[in-house]
Amino acid sequence: MTGPLTLEAVRFVRSGRALLDDVSFSLERGPVTVVLGANGAGKSLLLRIAHGLLRPTSGRVTAVGAQAFVFQRPVMLRRSALQNVEYPLAVRGVERRERRRVAATTLERVGLGGAAAQSARTLSVGEQQRLALARAWALDPELLFLDEPTASLDPTATTAIEEILRSIHAGGAKVVLVTHDLGQARRLGGDVLFLDRGRLVERGAVDDFFDRPSTPAARAFLEGRLGW
Amino acid sequence: MGEILTAVARAFEMLVRLDPELVEIVLLSLRVSLTAVAIAAAIGLPLGAALAVLRFPGRRVLIVLVNALMGLPPVVVGLAVYLALSRSGPLGVLGLLFTPTAMIVAQCILVTPILVALTRQVVEDLWLEYEEQLRSFGVTPRRAIPTLLRDGRRSLVPALLAGLGRAIAEVGAVMIVGGNIDHVTRVMTTAIALETSKGDLALALGLGIVLLLLNVVLNATAELLKEWADRDSARAGEAA
Repeated sequence: MTGPLTLEAVRFVRSGRALLDDVSFSLERGPVTVVLGANGAGKSLLLRIAHGLLRPTSGRVTAVGAQAFVFQRPVMLRRSALQNVEYPLAVRGVERRERRRVAATTLERVGLGGAAAQSARTLSVGEQQRLALARAWALDPELLFLDEPTASLDPTATTAIEEILRSIHAGGAKVVLVTHDLGQARRLGGDVLFLDRGRLVERGAVDDFFDRPSTPAARAFLEGRLGW
Repeated sequence: MGEILTAVARAFEMLVRLDPELVEIVLLSLRVSLTAVAIAAAIGLPLGAALAVLRFPGRRVLIVLVNALMGLPPVVVGLAVYLALSRSGPLGVLGLLFTPTAMIVAQCILVTPILVALTRQVVEDLWLEYEEQLRSFGVTPRRAIPTLLRDGRRSLVPALLAGLGRAIAEVGAVMIVGGNIDHVTRVMTTAIALETSKGDLALALGLGIVLLLLNVVLNATAELLKEWADRDSARAGEAA
């Protein structure tokens, strides 16, 4: 119960189908947690429920501290890059001068200092995702959720995102990452939550999961992936 | 035919030398319609946005009502405002009948439903895109309203211009509640109607030309703004 995020018997039903069923876990501060599973396993759903965007049909979610969420396709407010970072700070009641300062520093940290005045919607995809990370980072979250943040990015942009993620993680945030990129899971992950058809079937350290998956579902998932 | 050509020539002459009577009428038209649209915007923008993002009992009824009000014939609005403001009406004590204020009220009633409906469309589309992100930031739908109005401004300004075009071109309502009194409540449309029936075609034509030009300018501005907004989202679409 002391971790930053705890789910107890979470179940989510839509149109009579249980999309998540009996999911329970408690995450510790520390390692980056990677959520893996095939399409439709319930990964994005799990992240949204954990973040509070969706309410579970039953079960309990307990999360502590400030949270931030980075979507696969970030929503760019129709404002400048700097104002995009300032906006959530303003929502939290951060005073104008302070939020300008924090926003400017954070933009520098993600390498967008030069684009501060540019309209966010005219940035490249990679830059937009870096801006989304800056927006999350500026809030100094204790829990950072990311839903396939590099799924539509090229390798260079992906590397940049992973660098930023390492820095945010080094700053003490608990990072929970959904990804389809198994290389990325190995590079960044500390532990793995593996979902199969709405159930949490395996959990463990990232190396153990990849080298010695203990369930048939996880073995099939890894073989299917690596066989391509 | 010769008579008409003379009238056209005199109309242009009045425009060129800024005939005081013509200018006075144009300025009153602008004052009345701009004020009416400003008030309609103050009501219509927040209301339209609220209808787009908030879920409350009676929302659907309100949407149907607004859509119905959009199709109101101006003369009916004029009649209703006339009845309300006439000496024996509920607001008769205010003594507003046959004043520019009465015309502002009538135009406001005509334009507000249009602004509500157009705003609702714009904000609903934007909310579809923004909702998850804003909720992640901890923004409630109510608090999202100013954000959505601000970020939708490039699509909302054309709506305001459409409202202004409608207000300034309207004749039935302002005729009834304003009375078309010389130097007091005579605006472009009512003056055109009167001068035409009197046979003074020059002033009518001159005002007609101004009205036409004004609408061209309004529509061109709206079109440019829309293109600007589209280009921005197209670029964002490319990126995404």
